[in-house]
Amino acid sequence: MIPFNFAYYRPDSLKAAEKVFSELQAKGQKALYYAGGSEIITMSRSGSIQPDAVIDIKEIPECKGLSIDKAFLHIGSACTLNQISQSKAFPLLGLVCGRIADHTNQCRITLGGNICGTIHYRETTLPLLLSDSNVTLFGPEGERMLPFDRVFDGRINLAPGELLVKVHIPVWALKARHFHIKHTAQEKIDYPLISVAALVKEDFLRIAFSGVCAYPFRSQQIELVLNNKTLSPAQRADMALTLLPCEAIGNYAGSAEYRSFVLKSTLEQLLEEWENG
Amino acid sequence: MVKYEDRAVITLNINGDVHKVAVHPSDLLLDVLREQLGLTAAKPGCKNGDCGACTIIIDGLPAKSCLVLAVEAENHTILTVEGLKGQSPVQKAFVDANAFQCGYCTSGFLMVCEALRTQYPDLPEEYIIEEWLQSNLCRCTSYKEIRNAVRLMYEQ
Repeated sequence: MIPFNFAYYRPDSLKAAEKVFSELQAKGQKALYYAGGSEIITMSRSGSIQPDAVIDIKEIPECKGLSIDKAFLHIGSACTLNQISQSKAFPLLGLVCGRIADHTNQCRITLGGNICGTIHYRETTLPLLLSDSNVTLFGPEGERMLPFDRVFDGRINLAPGELLVKVHIPVWALKARHFHIKHTAQEKIDYPLISVAALVKEDFLRIAFSGVCAYPFRSQQIELVLNNKTLSPAQRADMALTLLPCEAIGNYAGSAEYRSFVLKSTLEQLLEEWENG
Repeated sequence: MVKYEDRAVITLNINGDVHKVAVHPSDLLLDVLREQLGLTAAKPGCKNGDCGACTIIIDGLPAKSCLVLAVEAENHTILTVEGLKGQSPVQKAFVDANAFQCGYCTSGFLMVCEALRTQYPDLPEEYIIEEWLQSNLCRCTSYKEIRNAVRLMYEQ
């Protein structure tokens, strides 16, 4: 059980959601936008957070469903990971979604929750960083659409009261050659020791990482090194390790040294698959 | 806009029956099923979404009821093991395959398998079965028998 009460709101429009958020904020109350709920429930149960209210966005039309037009695949932030992988619309994102938590939880966890939650792996951000995706946000100042990498620097930067409505993925990325390698410490279902996603555009390998550092990232410096085909995969992997944006993390899943070791062999494997596969 | 700020009466559709229950907005569906409605098939295990003992089916898909607010479940169709009425192919298959030892995890596995059969009326590929079953834990290690039960369920 959750050892305290909170209010529950289920608006049916973005305006109504933002309005109730602003009203609660004006009363000094802490409100959280809520979709799949797994993180909010587990953290509330353990006492890590104590919101006064949750605002369930699952019935807001703009936050639901997947659609595609000539330029973009649009995915609502309340889409579940299972809906995304089952749709097969963006294969790389589908692969990543299929390795987050377990299948039953994938039927509840949403794209927005994975991006905006506090658990720092946020693996669904990797395909978005690689594909030059855009996002639509809605808040007290209205709606804005901007490149994902403008609002995400390891964590999403939202204005107070703002919520993630949709992501928009350019259609070129949907058919691009891609790779996803996730290693865990022991069990298949776990947070990543390292998770690496890559997308090929015009014979150039784009690559992004989760689990390596304290936040997910894409590094163009690392990409330049990995695309230097005059060097062997092992040489490129060695150089890439020197270009990490921060120290590799060490935790229960593995030490920093072990993570670097696994990352090096993973990069070699990925480069060989890309070039010889 | 639906709004619950304190204890309120909500309507839940469970196993084809309509139930009215008074809940707080932060009450978990697992607790409401067990403590208010007496539907004790969904078991409290880790209560953290890891073990799957509390799995039920919502709108045809498996869900861990320890990670669902009762108020969220309004307007959705909920199925628990009680709704299988002891006569479903999945229950018969588990009995025939001896797919349990202590039985605590069985309700959760039954619901995952029932949802699997709903989503895949024909025997799916092995990797799909494995992916679905990996959502649940059995500490008596009946996994081999549970896999046999899935096979039997599709043969019936």
